[in-house]
Amino acid sequence: MTRLFTPKRSIPRSVEIGVGTAVAGSALLTWCLLSYLQLVSGAFLPRPDEVWTAFVKVLSNGSLFEHMQVSLTEIYIGFFLSSIIAVPLGIFMGSYRIVAAAIEPLVNFMRYLPVTALIPLLILWIGIGIEQKIAVIFLGTFFQQIVLCADVSANVSDDLYRVSYTLGVNRRQVITRVMLPATLPGVMDTLRVTMGWAWTFLVVAELVAASAGLGYMILQAMRGLHPATIFVGIFTIGILGLLTDLVFKMAKRWLLPWTVVH
Amino acid sequence: MAQVSIRNVALHFTSRRVGTVTALENLSLEIPDKQFAVIVGPSGCGKSSLLHLVAGLTEVSAGGCYVDDEVVTDPGADRGMVFQNYSLFPWLTVRKNVEFGLSIQNISADQRAQRAQHYIHAVGLNGFEDAYSSQLSGGMQQRAAIARALANDPQVLLMDEPFGALDSQTRTIMQELLLRIWEREQKTVLFVTHDIDEALFLGDVVYVMSGRPGTIVDSVGVTLERPRHYEMVTSSEFIELKRRIMVNLHREVEQAMMQNQEHLIG
Ligand SMILES: Nc1ncnc2c1ncn2[C@@H]1O[C@H](COP(=O)(O)OP(=O)(O)OP(=O)(O)O)[C@@H](O)[C@H]1O
Ligand SMILES: [Mg+2]
Repeated sequence: MTRLFTPKRSIPRSVEIGVGTAVAGSALLTWCLLSYLQLVSGAFLPRPDEVWTAFVKVLSNGSLFEHMQVSLTEIYIGFFLSSIIAVPLGIFMGSYRIVAAAIEPLVNFMRYLPVTALIPLLILWIGIGIEQKIAVIFLGTFFQQIVLCADVSANVSDDLYRVSYTLGVNRRQVITRVMLPATLPGVMDTLRVTMGWAWTFLVVAELVAASAGLGYMILQAMRGLHPATIFVGIFTIGILGLLTDLVFKMAKRWLLPWTVVH
Repeated sequence: MAQVSIRNVALHFTSRRVGTVTALENLSLEIPDKQFAVIVGPSGCGKSSLLHLVAGLTEVSAGGCYVDDEVVTDPGADRGMVFQNYSLFPWLTVRKNVEFGLSIQNISADQRAQRAQHYIHAVGLNGFEDAYSSQLSGGMQQRAAIARALANDPQVLLMDEPFGALDSQTRTIMQELLLRIWEREQKTVLFVTHDIDEALFLGDVVYVMSGRPGTIVDSVGVTLERPRHYEMVTSSEFIELKRRIMVNLHREVEQAMMQNQEHLIG
């Protein structure tokens, strides 16, 4: 018993699964009670079986997959484009004063602009197609990723650089031999966190103006007063997020074995 | 051959917050080839800074450091260093850490593995070759760091309080281990410590530094015979030397504290 409430101590696998299931189960149970006992009106809170029916419907007519595909394409392209530029730039910004001096003012200005404020401008410039969603995700994650990666790389211990120099590493080799591996765990965390934000930006962009995508599907369901379909959309986004997180966890195990040993 | 000469070195740090700090001033030191030189001094007197200068990690403000009469301008593999804080690369296994310097020099994988194994064995880390540093105790990490420095075969070994964070039993064991290796390898060593017992047990000569700005105020030749054994710390000769260093060091520490107080009050 004391073991369970000691900070950072591991707990038995069975307990781990047990409490997780219990919490998720009680959330489900609460939902069932509220809806089946009509404690909340069906116009606001659909019953689980209604949600299931709605799910089967959008699944069989193919619309769920269509919307999902659109959303996933938008988010992956936007996130990928942002990451491949922001990660190296952020790492260099945190480690090289010259890079920081050059881009920090601009980055700090941009990162405090909520990307949602830019959506009208983006619609004006590039319309409401997939490009606009990609632009929203890109702008939303790019500057945050730079700042987070810069933090990670600024926190690499000086002694790691020093020791590598005394082992014969030169200024060019130090990038691949020390800077990149030392920042990798922090960069992975950054990607994982910003991926979550990217979903938010995506759905906001789709709610504002879109002709397809999960956010659009939710908006359409609201207009048609069909809360069950809204729930299907929300669950789908939740599950996709869960899967993405799982991929990050597995990538960590595979790419960063030294961070998972105990 | 590797003779280290430090000639009239000064080191100033300038920062906006505290202005100019003189860490070292007019410091000269001649360390002959294969000498085990130990530096003791009050905290903050510039011991780490001095090692960084010899390593080429920091530039001198005046004077110069020389290895075999060649002026030090950059860090290089000929001057290996062991740091106080465990500085193993966490993303590499013990074996890969020890091989790190060799892999930079494009030495064949075979030879690399052989040399690494030799030094892993020398520091008693057999069986831990594939462990990451997070799986090792502090003493083991420091042993791996020593193996990593030695595998690169530097001419000069710079050690900055390498055992400072270890408990006293582990520390004793590590000191003996270091001596056994040094007796075989015969390298020029510059070893920094707070601990007078450690200084006398290890060194050929113990240099006492003054408080900031650091200079050398005394050098004590350690006449204890080699190979050394831990019982020697109770010998009358050892105690005599210890008394001399303690008196010196105590005075320096006191002065350094007073100076700091004046600095704060004034
Ligand atoms: N990067 C720096 N910028 C400004 N001042 C510094 C810097 N590095 C060291 N100093 C100053 O130089 C002096 C010497 O520092 P150093 O770390 O060499 O001392 P030390 O003798 O190794 O101390 P300790 O025994 O506590 O490790 C200190 O007073 C410190 O304040
Ligand atoms: Mg120091």
